[in-house]
Amino acid sequence: MLELLQYSFMQRALMAGAIVGILCPLIGIFLVLRRMSLIGDSLSHVALSGVAAGIVSGLYPLTTALAFSVLAALCIEALRKRYTEYAELALAIILSAGIGIAVVLISWAKSINIDLFGYLFGNILTVRPTDMWLISVLGIFIIGFVRLLYKELFFIAFDEEGAGIAGIPVRGINLFFIVFIAMTITLSMRIVGALLVSSLMVIPVAASLQIAKSFKQAVVLSVIFAEISVILGIIVSYYLELASGGTIVLLSVLLLLSVITIKNILHWFLLQSRQ
Amino acid sequence: MVELVEVKNVSFGYDGNLVLDNINLIVYEGDYIGVVGPNGSGKSTLIKIMLNILKPSKGSVKLLGRDINRFNEWEQIGYVRQKATSFNTGFPATVEEIVSANLYPRIGLFKPIRAEHREQVYKALGIVKMDSYGRRLIGNLSGGQQQRVFIARALVNSPRILFLDEPTVGIDLNSQREFYHLMERLNTEFSITIVMVSHDIGVITEKVNRIACMGDKKLICHKSDSRPQISDLLKKVYGDKMNLLIHHH
Repeated sequence: MLELLQYSFMQRALMAGAIVGILCPLIGIFLVLRRMSLIGDSLSHVALSGVAAGIVSGLYPLTTALAFSVLAALCIEALRKRYTEYAELALAIILSAGIGIAVVLISWAKSINIDLFGYLFGNILTVRPTDMWLISVLGIFIIGFVRLLYKELFFIAFDEEGAGIAGIPVRGINLFFIVFIAMTITLSMRIVGALLVSSLMVIPVAASLQIAKSFKQAVVLSVIFAEISVILGIIVSYYLELASGGTIVLLSVLLLLSVITIKNILHWFLLQSRQ
Repeated sequence: MVELVEVKNVSFGYDGNLVLDNINLIVYEGDYIGVVGPNGSGKSTLIKIMLNILKPSKGSVKLLGRDINRFNEWEQIGYVRQKATSFNTGFPATVEEIVSANLYPRIGLFKPIRAEHREQVYKALGIVKMDSYGRRLIGNLSGGQQQRVFIARALVNSPRILFLDEPTVGIDLNSQREFYHLMERLNTEFSITIVMVSHDIGVITEKVNRIACMGDKKLICHKSDSRPQISDLLKKVYGDKMNLLIHHH
């Protein structure tokens, strides 16, 4: 087990994974409770087109992905204002545009397919030192900022109109938040892959909602479930030579099913003891 | 008498359809006003304009003597919105977390909740007799209990004026009786001015000290000192077939 830590690529993967394991559920819980889960899918497709653009142009792909997804996040916010009655339309428009650009760029430069595979499904072997530093620095920055805006984000998630009347700067915080979503998706792509990143934002949260007795507990449990999935997923994918993204997401699904099963068994025992 | 809200020559329309036409209303400190009127008469729209959620197409609104666009003392205002209890019941928040939320603007960005804030939360919960429910999940409470929590949230900053939009919808009769008793206490014991939109004309004319009837895009205010006068007023708004039946909760 300890031999794993001797490899520098594993050290980088575990370090970046630990950050992603906090980042994804921390952002994800607000997305789930605001019924905005689909935004993760939309932005991850745009981030993929950013990766393709980076590879084609010879720029660092994670930076171009970051620029593309932040720009798309701002477009979503603008479109949501235009289509107030059909907020999900904004997500569908951006998702389609993201796939369109990605497919055009991939078909334009066919040789990039192998590199893209890692970004699509996650690959711990390809986490470079630059990736790790970018994930660590930006990840810690986002975690810190969400911690500082925690109570305001909670209020907006529960009652956006009430938060505005109470004097919370809802529009400004929403803008920051959507940029954080875009950054989280891009940073997590290296570990879980563009196609699976939204799963890591949603599934650990779904598991925590089954048992949490307060919002604070829901946040802590989501992070614990995500960390278990990511760290265990990286280790299992190394030994079994699997794609890290798929392994991590499958482990988080397994955790969710275990939580539901244990909860149901306990509930059954409780009912039996009352009879 | 101190004017807490002044609505002056306010008109408002949705997509070109006029909903409010040249409304004038003054809410004085200590008032307990009931805003009544038929469905779609613009009662909720009027409250939303008073709270700057909607902008009037014409006219002006003053809150606590200041133009609403420059008003920033929102902690002085409490608001329980329409269907407050029809939130996502799966939301994993405790009663304490929900009531604390209205303190956040006062605590300020980036600052944590301290012990004195918790005291304020439990004081507000005590007023609505929900202080023993602080650790319970909001989704696990009954409709009446949830409503009391939302009133506590509106009270946590010790506001001077409380706005309530259709607060008795979906609440059982017992809870409604307790609710009106609580409103009377807030108005008399805690000197909170109350503006309440309600469809429950019979009860509201019994409880409030001023009534504002809305109909045909206009608003008619009247002191509720004489029952026959209110009855005439309501006939004007709802039509001649309207009879006021008072039932006591």
